[in-house]
Amino acid sequence: MKFSRRNFLKNSAMVGALAAPSIWIPQSRGAWGATLTEGEPIKVGVLFSLTGSLAVPEEDSTLVMQYAIDEINAAGGIAGSQIEPVIIDAKSDFGVYTEKARELILRDKVISIFGCYTSASRKAILPTVMDRDNLLFYPTCYEGAECVQNIVCTGPLANQHSKDLIPFMVENYGKRVFFVGSNYVWPKESNKNAKIWLENAGGELLGEEYIPLGDSEFGPVLGKIREAQPDFIFSTVVGASDIAFHRQFKQAGFSAETMPIASLTTGEIETKAMGAEYGAGHYTSAPYFQALDNPTNQKFVEGFLSSPYGKNGVTHYNMAETYNSAYVFKAAMEKAIADHGFNEVTSMRLRDACAGIKLSADISPEGETWIDEDNFNTWLVPKIGHCQSDGSFKIVKEAAEHVAPDPFSIYPDAGTCRANGLVAPDGTVRTDVI
Amino acid sequence: MVAGPARHHITVCVNFGGHEMDISSIAFANSLILGLSIASIFFVAALGLTIIYGTAGVINMAHGEFIMLGAYTVYAMQTFLGVPYFLCIPAAFIVVGAIGFAVEKSLIRYLYERPLDTLLATWGVSLILIQGTRLIFGSEPKFVQIPSFLSSNVEVGGLSLGAFRIFIILMALALAASVWFIFYRSDFGIKIRAVTQNREMAASFGINSGQVYSFTFALGAGLAGVAGALFGALNIVLPTMGIEYVVEAFLTVITGGGALMGSAIASLAIGEWQSIFALVTNSTFAQFMIFVLIVVFLRFRPEGLISASGKRR
Repeated sequence: MKFSRRNFLKNSAMVGALAAPSIWIPQSRGAWGATLTEGEPIKVGVLFSLTGSLAVPEEDSTLVMQYAIDEINAAGGIAGSQIEPVIIDAKSDFGVYTEKARELILRDKVISIFGCYTSASRKAILPTVMDRDNLLFYPTCYEGAECVQNIVCTGPLANQHSKDLIPFMVENYGKRVFFVGSNYVWPKESNKNAKIWLENAGGELLGEEYIPLGDSEFGPVLGKIREAQPDFIFSTVVGASDIAFHRQFKQAGFSAETMPIASLTTGEIETKAMGAEYGAGHYTSAPYFQALDNPTNQKFVEGFLSSPYGKNGVTHYNMAETYNSAYVFKAAMEKAIADHGFNEVTSMRLRDACAGIKLSADISPEGETWIDEDNFNTWLVPKIGHCQSDGSFKIVKEAAEHVAPDPFSIYPDAGTCRANGLVAPDGTVRTDVI
Repeated sequence: MVAGPARHHITVCVNFGGHEMDISSIAFANSLILGLSIASIFFVAALGLTIIYGTAGVINMAHGEFIMLGAYTVYAMQTFLGVPYFLCIPAAFIVVGAIGFAVEKSLIRYLYERPLDTLLATWGVSLILIQGTRLIFGSEPKFVQIPSFLSSNVEVGGLSLGAFRIFIILMALALAASVWFIFYRSDFGIKIRAVTQNREMAASFGINSGQVYSFTFALGAGLAGVAGALFGALNIVLPTMGIEYVVEAFLTVITGGGALMGSAIASLAIGEWQSIFALVTNSTFAQFMIFVLIVVFLRFRPEGLISASGKRR
């Protein structure tokens, strides 16, 4: 055969076509899955950032995860096996999240991953998690608008998060609002929800500003706020930027008494990091605050802060949600082991077992919560906290009953998220909708 | 704020993506003032780097970490010794300057003939400083306290700027004047400029060029420490906080060309454009535009605004 460019291209295409399926496509879904062996430790991945701009508050999520795993292991583990965490520092870099998620699944063969804080990192690792049929426990708030069969979320969705906060602020401070957020998907989607609550409450949106993730220059945004003179500010600024925002807000002469910031992210970690005087007077909506007055929370706060992991001195909504995710994992593992036998538990069987798992008020520091049987998000009670001069929060309002998670509440045309996928109004089912 | 009765509106019609907006003259004037504030932050961040790069030709990757050390110095002095904020600023200069001096004596001075290696070596220093700080102070965030009168807003006829931002502008002017004085009106400055122009020739006239470099490096590091003392109040104090400022500093120095005046003009231009872009569009787009403009500028003038010396390295 004469070697020509044309032949070369043809042949290499053929070789490629033959080779591709055998190398790159797994023989069957689930072939990558972790295998459990009775008596051996159960490996789970813990994938948060310990360094970089997201280390506040992700480092604390790692610490509380270790605390929860120690607690479960000390009480006998799961069906006689200990949980073994593989702890990773994702360095606030979305590329690292993806790379490490793959490593956790393929090399460490973890049964599930606990991790991510920003939606950007969640969206970065989800394709990997879905490809390998693994399971992500996502222990924080997010925007929804996803129906993925490989994720269990223990934090509030956008439809649960600001529902009470916006009417509360409009009632107490006035109708004129300015939105400030970090520039990525969660703040934008949260603001879409917030706009609906704002419209229902008769409020007026004066402006909407997004600043780059991790950026700390709030001068221009504060200038626009001064120009607009809102009654309050609705903030979805995250991480280190949130601290810079609150500090510069007060330094620019604004007062929390006349123009408070109503935030979805500013918890105890953030108020401690910014200095309590900068957080005092502002509001936050979350399902958990350190000041919650119930015996389970007292035990959690005292136990955690006196443990080697409690060095940072506070508990936080993110940490309570992470703590709860460990107990959802425990309960679901026990259910899956009872149904299938220890050696037959796969990530997907674990996921199915999570449906309807209820954490009683003796386990969950934020009070009873349960996992929705259809969309695998959490039923919870959102609360509004008012930051005090010492950086702690006083609970000023609590929802009367559990609020259902609804990932597509503002996209009714998209359909309803069920366990098997997103069911459109015409009855078609789509899986893995990111 | 109540707008005065005679609130003038000039109609600045800006057409971005089909949105037309009217911007009041007061808002525009305010954004110019804010631009000055952003410029002063860029300038203070870049000052130490300018001196080290302009004089010794060392691209100091650890510059951001010197800024971080300045913030931690203030934190430590406030928390453990109860030193007032205004005394912490010169303390940050001395402490970080001393660290810079030690780094130069123990590492950098062996590398002046190998500029590429200084890049790697100073990057290594930056990692050591980040991890060392984390070991000593822990990785949880700290904060710097400032006197309460700096947490207020100064308003003159509708124009306003936070007192702390005014303080940073004043500090930037004071630092620029001091550096100018040291470089152009002192004996040490004559030596620095002589060594910068031709090291061997200066040495042959009896100038101890090694010592000049050591003190210049220490001065640059000390100025970074002052920057950290100021930024610690605006921002979160973390072992990794320097990374954000080192980008700003390099942008300013490269655009400016390495000379003091170049950095001053570059930071003014960057600050004002960022503020104006942020006013007519938003902060994210402003940042994007700044990067695009700098890339275009450097395409046509790679040596920067004002080149540090006739001798190219």
